[in-house]
Amino acid sequence: MIKDISLAKKQTRVIDPAKNLHQRQFKQRIAFALIWLAGIIAITALLFIVGYVVSNGFKVINLEFLTTRPAGGVSGKGGISTTIVTTIYLVLLTITIAAPLGIGTAVFMVEYTTEYAGKKNLVGYLINLIRTSVEILAGVPSIIFGLFGFAVFVSYMKLKFSLLSAGLSGACLVLPLIIRTTEEALLTVPKSYREGSLALGTTKWQMIFGVVLPSALPGIITGIVLSVGRVIAETAVFWVTLGGSYRLPKNLLSSGRTMALHVYMLASETTAFDKALGTSAILIVIIILLNLAINISSKQFSKKFSGK
Amino acid sequence: MIDNNHVIPQTKIRVENFNLFYGKFQALDKITIDIPSNQITAIIGPSGCGKSTFIRSFNRMNELIPSVHTEGKIILDGKDIFEIDPVELRKQVGMVFQRPNPFPKTIFENIAFGPRAHGIRDHRILEEIVEKSLRQAALWDEVKDTLNKSGLALSGGQQQRLCIARALAVEPEVILMDEPASALDPIATLKIEELIEQLKEKYTIVIVTHNMQQAARASDFTLFFNMAESRAGYLVESGKTTDIFTNPKNELTEQYISGRFG
Amino acid sequence: MARELFERKIKQIQDEILLLGSMVEQATLDSVTSFKDRDIQTAKALIEDDQNINDKRFAIENAILILLATQQPLAHDLRLLAAMLLVANELERMGDYAKGIANNTIRLGISDLPIPYRDIEKMGELAVSMLHRSLSAFINEDISQALAIPHEDDEVDALFNKCYRTIVNGMIANPATIDDASLLLWVVHNLERLADRVVNICERTVFIKSGEMMEMDGSEDEVEG
Repeated sequence: MIKDISLAKKQTRVIDPAKNLHQRQFKQRIAFALIWLAGIIAITALLFIVGYVVSNGFKVINLEFLTTRPAGGVSGKGGISTTIVTTIYLVLLTITIAAPLGIGTAVFMVEYTTEYAGKKNLVGYLINLIRTSVEILAGVPSIIFGLFGFAVFVSYMKLKFSLLSAGLSGACLVLPLIIRTTEEALLTVPKSYREGSLALGTTKWQMIFGVVLPSALPGIITGIVLSVGRVIAETAVFWVTLGGSYRLPKNLLSSGRTMALHVYMLASETTAFDKALGTSAILIVIIILLNLAINISSKQFSKKFSGK
Repeated sequence: MIDNNHVIPQTKIRVENFNLFYGKFQALDKITIDIPSNQITAIIGPSGCGKSTFIRSFNRMNELIPSVHTEGKIILDGKDIFEIDPVELRKQVGMVFQRPNPFPKTIFENIAFGPRAHGIRDHRILEEIVEKSLRQAALWDEVKDTLNKSGLALSGGQQQRLCIARALAVEPEVILMDEPASALDPIATLKIEELIEQLKEKYTIVIVTHNMQQAARASDFTLFFNMAESRAGYLVESGKTTDIFTNPKNELTEQYISGRFG
Repeated sequence: MARELFERKIKQIQDEILLLGSMVEQATLDSVTSFKDRDIQTAKALIEDDQNINDKRFAIENAILILLATQQPLAHDLRLLAAMLLVANELERMGDYAKGIANNTIRLGISDLPIPYRDIEKMGELAVSMLHRSLSAFINEDISQALAIPHEDDEVDALFNKCYRTIVNGMIANPATIDDASLLLWVVHNLERLADRVVNICERTVFIKSGEMMEMDGSEDEVEG
């Protein structure tokens, strides 16, 4: 036996535990340093973009800027009051159309699959079709929704450039998002809640409205807030469906201009680059506030429901 | 050796040649048994022998699984349960699950949920029902001042009693319990057993348990299920708990109870 | 691993019961022999050795209580352990009977009383034989043996009645011998009671197997002392 060990020692490299530990720790330090570096670069870039826009944009922001409407023309005089209102109108309209449709679809997909699961029939096929479509649509470039909206709502249905056309197109845009997040939220509701409700003698709808939807609410709201953010930030879709009027929309068939569109128009058609930056700064602030709201509200919800 | 059961109990649920299939696979094989009223009937047997599947047939929860189909009759108070609306059936036959599953709502709302769904809107009546149910579940004293706290903030044993109160609130006649204490600590378990003993005065209780001593301690009537080679569950022996645990008739029952298999 | 530990522990207790049984058998035989031979020395030793029987009985009882508490036996196991508790008790009482006989050997001393030695010896042999076989029936749960042995109690009872008659007639004939004669009565009484207790062991054997407790009377005209 002893003979074999000394032979083995000569044939293989001796593993020195202390040296090995040192090597491994060194490798770890390098790896962490690289990761930190990547993070710092990313944050720096982000801060730079935001910082540039915000610091330059804030120069033009004052009460007058926010409360007067754009004057039109190459000089880009005026404020952004109507664009703010139009953006709000559009958000409300889009969500009003998309949310019930999206939530209803997701409820159908999640709560009724079990009834049809495994059975090769129309409904099962339909649900699979919906799911696949949602996944595909989520990746489609938004300009295609815009062109679709132009072709169908603006031209064919003769709705022209209007809030309605834009709202319907925007709804198509965010529908996959709402369906996906709602579906996920519904799936995280434990099966035991559903069983618990049914065992009390409730109908399926009572179970859905009374237990499942309330439990899934945080996730659903997150999805809706994400959609709001999407609408606010969107340009391509509304560019071809809303038109560019800087007037206050009077009704659903009026044209209008969102803030994001106004930024584009200021930058491309006028010399008021500073006002474009100003509008962008406001947009960025809104998005940041939205995200904060999502964070806080989801923490509040989970606190409430876990009772801690 | 005091035996209180001189009165022969009436039958609450009659099962006749009941078979249950998951698609082609037979899970329950020709079960025939009478479940007595106002008694605690325990169902014991090795894992996978169909005990849970069996009691879930009483409130037709098995139907939530699409591939399930059944043969035979289950008769509750003279009516075939497969001819009643399942929603109505589940009001009469309540269920408490293995893991406590209170809704993410307040304690009050947890218990009021059932009665509300059945049409009771008057808040005063709901308050009465909540108090009555919590008292019956031996939980009232512990939570009467904190009815607005989330049901999820209670301890495991309290949550399970909350679920029992929730089931009682719709005033069922039968309460099914699927290993109600298996997720609880020993003290909480004993509290639940005591509670069940009190409840049998007004309700018929059927409880599935893995714990032999619990079945021996806490039940009046015991059913022993086993798994056949075909993996279908069948009823081996049934009888008074005191008889089954001191002098069972079937050799298999003897072996299982003595821990020689399963 | 179907409760191997539990089965082993039960077997240990069964062995201890057999051991206790043989101690009692030996004590009984010795007590009868020392009575017959008027052997005061052996009788004295016997009385001291009874302590061993008591100690062993308590050890068995303790072991059974521990099993009851820790293993939660049910059905057959439960009946077995309960029966073993009772049998240990019966054996200890039988040991006391042997000790009683030894006591009376010492008290009787040298006496010119007419003593039916043959009958007493026969009773002793019968009782011990019954005990021995009943214990093996108990350990093996042999019901047919357990049902057969109680009938032999009839013979012991018959011998007892015969001795009783003889002793009482002697008392009537010679009243001065009443003190010694009553000691003699106790000796035969102890042997008769010993055989009765063997019948109890047989009853318990049937109980373990079938769960039924049945009274087995060997005969009806048993004269109580």
